[in-house]
Amino acid sequence: MREVAERTKVPRALHTDFPVGLSLGKPRDKQFQYEVLQAAFDLLEEPEGPVIREFPVSISSTGGEPLVCSLPPRMNTELHPAVDEAQGLKAAYDRAYQRNRRTSVGMKISAEQVPEALERFVRIVEGERWDEVGFPARSMYGTVHDIRTYYEELACELAEGPIGPWATEEWFYDGTEAGQIILKARRAMRDSDADQSIWFGLAPAGRE
Amino acid sequence: MSVFGKDKAAMRKFSASVPLPEFGESSFNEPKPLNLAKVAIVTTAALYREGGDGFELGDSDYHYETLPRHARDLTLGHHSVNFDRGGFAADINVVYPIDRLEELAEDDFIGGVAEKHYAFAGNQSPTVSEIRLDTGPLCAKEMLKEGVDVVLLTGT
Repeated sequence: MREVAERTKVPRALHTDFPVGLSLGKPRDKQFQYEVLQAAFDLLEEPEGPVIREFPVSISSTGGEPLVCSLPPRMNTELHPAVDEAQGLKAAYDRAYQRNRRTSVGMKISAEQVPEALERFVRIVEGERWDEVGFPARSMYGTVHDIRTYYEELACELAEGPIGPWATEEWFYDGTEAGQIILKARRAMRDSDADQSIWFGLAPAGRE
Repeated sequence: MSVFGKDKAAMRKFSASVPLPEFGESSFNEPKPLNLAKVAIVTTAALYREGGDGFELGDSDYHYETLPRHARDLTLGHHSVNFDRGGFAADINVVYPIDRLEELAEDDFIGGVAEKHYAFAGNQSPTVSEIRLDTGPLCAKEMLKEGVDVVLLTGT
């Protein structure tokens, strides 16, 4: 945020017009990342400051290539499609974890608990009260964090081509059964007596 | 309605409204040549090692995590729903360019990579007094003790 760097008089700052979450601009693009680092290190040559320099390349948050990521076929038609989908994607999540040896799932639930958590959101959509489906107090935000992260990490394993800005978020909420059921549950809570603090953070601000 | 995290105008409006203390002047040093300098990363992505306690949700966790140079089992503790987490899921270097630093050191572009790197939560208090008076100086002392010459600050 250029305004914050200016107001706090950061000695040397490289302003990059990139989407939030992408400090080096492009994941899996070593050359681009080197160019950003080179521009940042060039600031060390400045004889006096504070100095803010603009990186010459901008990256838009919108209009990028959509994620190309296949979803599994229905395996168990007795389950809700979102629950079936999450179970069907577990092998891909495991492969991503084996490859990267890291995960950001675990704020509230484990990867194994994702299908069960989705089942609770299905029950909200089907008319049960949000506070009677088994979510511990104040755990819903972290649970959705973990579901979304589960999907985003496995998507990076399955996807063909580069991972563009916001591509995994758009794929999750617009393209998966899990994302759709969370949005529906969020709307159901909004339209009931649920406090905004419970449902608002289940999707980025501005999503319906 | 546009999605907040993607709306640059809304983000700029938000950043302009962030309460900040006034800084009269800033420190400015001339470092040693980069090919002789040891470089550390300090990130506000709230990274921590898998299995660690991590960072609390909310605006009151001002501690920092120490990330050993070899650690790649890193969890993203910046929990906000309003930013793109897919980049980090695909490549930690887009937030924490530790592999790029290792490669730059191999090429003698930088003098070396620090043994310890550091992660804070970006959502500090409005006065930022905790990081200015407590955790920031402590972290800086750790880096001076190790002989760090240049610090690369990255956010999310």
